[in-house]
Amino acid sequence: MTTNIPQTPNHEGEQPLLELKDLKISFTSSTGVVDAVRGANLTIYPGQSVAIVGESGSGKSTTAMSIIGLLPGTGKVTEGSIMFDGQDITGLSNKQMEKYRGSEIGLVPQDPMTNLNPVWRIGTQVKESLRANHVVPGSEMDKRVAEVLAEAGLPDAERRAKQYPHEFSGGMRQRALIAIGLAARPKLLIADEPTSALDVTVQRQILDHLETLTKDLGTAVLFITHDLGLAAERAEHLVVMHRGRIVESGPSLKILRNPQHPYTQRLVKAAPSLASARIQSAQEQGIESAELLSATAVAEGTIPEMEEKVIEVKNLTREFDIRGARGDKKKLKAVDDVSFFVRKGTTTALVGESGSGKSTVANMVLNLLEPTSGEVLYNGTDLTSLSHKEIFQMRRKLQVVFQNPYGSLDPMYSIYRCIEEPLTIHKVGGDRKAREARVAELLDMVSMPRSTMRRYPNELSGGQRQRIAIARALALNPEVIVLDEAVSALDVLVQNQILTLLAELQQELKLTYLFITHDLAVVRQTADDVVVMQKGRIVEKGRTDDIFNDPQQHYTRDLINAVPGLGIELGTGENLV
Amino acid sequence: MPNNEFHTNHSLGQDDQTPDQAHFFPQGRGEALVRPGQEHFIAATDETGLGAVDAVADDSAPTSMWGEAWRDLRRRPLFWVSAVLIILALLLAAVPQLFTSTDPQFCVLANSLDGPQSGHPFGFDRQGCDIFARTVYGARASVAVGVLTTLLVALIGTVFGALAGFFGGIMDTILSRITDMFFAIPLVLAAIVVMQMFKEHRTIVTVVLVLGLFGWTNIARITRGAVMTAKNEEYVTSARALGASKAKILLSHIMPNAAAPIIVYATVALGTFIVAEATLSFLGIGLPPSIVSWGADIAKAQTSLRTQPMVLFYPAMALALTVLSFIMMGDVVRDALDPKSRKR
Repeated sequence: MTTNIPQTPNHEGEQPLLELKDLKISFTSSTGVVDAVRGANLTIYPGQSVAIVGESGSGKSTTAMSIIGLLPGTGKVTEGSIMFDGQDITGLSNKQMEKYRGSEIGLVPQDPMTNLNPVWRIGTQVKESLRANHVVPGSEMDKRVAEVLAEAGLPDAERRAKQYPHEFSGGMRQRALIAIGLAARPKLLIADEPTSALDVTVQRQILDHLETLTKDLGTAVLFITHDLGLAAERAEHLVVMHRGRIVESGPSLKILRNPQHPYTQRLVKAAPSLASARIQSAQEQGIESAELLSATAVAEGTIPEMEEKVIEVKNLTREFDIRGARGDKKKLKAVDDVSFFVRKGTTTALVGESGSGKSTVANMVLNLLEPTSGEVLYNGTDLTSLSHKEIFQMRRKLQVVFQNPYGSLDPMYSIYRCIEEPLTIHKVGGDRKAREARVAELLDMVSMPRSTMRRYPNELSGGQRQRIAIARALALNPEVIVLDEAVSALDVLVQNQILTLLAELQQELKLTYLFITHDLAVVRQTADDVVVMQKGRIVEKGRTDDIFNDPQQHYTRDLINAVPGLGIELGTGENLV
Repeated sequence: MPNNEFHTNHSLGQDDQTPDQAHFFPQGRGEALVRPGQEHFIAATDETGLGAVDAVADDSAPTSMWGEAWRDLRRRPLFWVSAVLIILALLLAAVPQLFTSTDPQFCVLANSLDGPQSGHPFGFDRQGCDIFARTVYGARASVAVGVLTTLLVALIGTVFGALAGFFGGIMDTILSRITDMFFAIPLVLAAIVVMQMFKEHRTIVTVVLVLGLFGWTNIARITRGAVMTAKNEEYVTSARALGASKAKILLSHIMPNAAAPIIVYATVALGTFIVAEATLSFLGIGLPPSIVSWGADIAKAQTSLRTQPMVLFYPAMALALTVLSFIMMGDVVRDALDPKSRKR
């Protein structure tokens, strides 16, 4: 087969488990035939883990779904072949394909919140998978269900099997889905963004568990992910897809350290987890990494530290009533005695997992939510003591960009109206002509073409909408911008673009950012100070470098270690153009 | 051989494939050496180049949500069929003189139940009145009642629903319970009872007021739901963070976004109000005999149903077509405004 490729003896003569050859997948739409995947080649060996990496719309999920014969809508394999375990399974009928699904090829779907049927017990759903593949006789079914669930890392499996999906947390649901995917002992498991909806620490636990489990069972795993760091950490072979084509494939580390294709280079450069890894190693070698985006990180040490506190939060507490609970349990302390401050002209990151109370703090800083006790000082004045009119004036200085790019712009407003709204509400910016000039200027600032003015939010992509949201926040020349998970929903390249834009704007306009996020990798690049929150309390706070180099608390360490790819030795990133 | 094509591409990746790299691999992945089919492969740069990250597609004309809905509507035959029927009904209602020069109230008993003849294509009813003229003139009562009632109902229902949905709390409790009370009263039954009291001066306006008084509950409920959904959207929070007033948020952010389901329901409800008017007139407690209406004509024609069914057929057909056209219109408008069917 090959003569010029060095091979270790133990691989000699090993047959590939899955081979995609020149695979082409097309969708028929009203406007004609669209090629979603063009000439994909992929080989997976038994027990091996392989990852397909790409942005949304790159064809990575389509490729994976074609293997299991579950292409959505009008999708069809038009050229090429799929060989599974020596058999050609291209274009098999639904009936023939059922033989492979579950028993030969398992699937762990993306969203644990919607992929379990809410009216069925977890055990019933696992049983369904066992029954469909005739793995065990009916009498042993219940025992087997418990075994499979326990294997996936659910303690007390027999009791858990009787519960319903709503009684499970996101991580537990994902474990149940993994149990279902592996129930019939498939030779290949396709994991489609298995953990993108979960917190980082949970993500790490689940991926660790999945890794040991598949290794024990000898199952090959095909990861589909947009996170290059995660892919490199979990897979030995990487496939990078862009616009339906495989642009680069090969051993993971080789690709990460020495990407050849321009798109891969771009991707490696942009992935925050990898950038963090490079910053880390650059600092260990005493080099100032160019990838630090925060404005003052470079300047620190050369100029005297600015200690002017723009925002100071003192002993902030917020309680919520829990519906239906009695007695002591009636109150939930979402934020418990939180104190920190934000230095002028810097970025402070508020980090925590879901339910840590970080967004509640943001809403209180923005004066959208009344604190139960404690105070928020803005330039020394207590926000809660201000009159309506003073708060209205204050809002000009304090702006916000929200997480969801699809929700934060009114779909009925044109982009012009979206950006102009703050000007009209605060009656600044002069007549229509002057306001139009201001909107155009703001669009330039976020590098959007001026013609976007006449468009509507539904015509723009998530990243573009987020840039519009930033332009809108800048309209009133604010001092502080609260970024509530502002880049979390975006692809890495777009995320990197927005972060760079934010850093440039900060330097240009001397802005102060309060950056709310769950992603520590992003924090490494952008923040000067970090405040780590857990269950409503502050666990640790300090300078970013100090926190990353020497975390004092166990929880902070867990969070840092959970950043995928941070442990990979990548060098300092000097070779990246 | 599947992998041959790779080799030609591979000069870049081959040379640094030396064993001393193996120790860089994380634990458990010692098999650093590449297996057939998994060599380092680099594609040629795409013919179109990489392009800027997240570039704005500037190739199509800007479209708003309404613009897109209109483009969608334009392509549906059902929309055009119902639009033509609705325009025809509106024309009949506005200028019946255009379609016939016969006076619908001019009846000659000698023509009683006569068949079609020249100038009288539909024939005559029991009173000897021209059926074609009466069908044409009957449109005005039906369409007027339908349109005016819908406007009134939309006004009451939207105000109730918007206030209840937006302010919530005690306001919601009170307004929603009032809605529930009215909801419990059957529309036609309530109209029959109330119309009984106005035996003397029944006009189109009284019918509209009575139907409007009992017909607004559904729209109030739909508006309340739509407002509650829109109220929790992030663009509302971001307007609040800007310091926008409650009235401004409700009127310029929430209502436009809640409008789609209200419009859809109103279009369908229009048909049901026309039916309700016809029912009342059929029972003799709707419009007075001095106003020509399809409902009353159907009531009069039922006595001769077995001998002359066509007398009943024409006004019934006109009524059915008008109602059908509004319901079809509501259906296509709903499809066009459905966010799920919209792209992105």
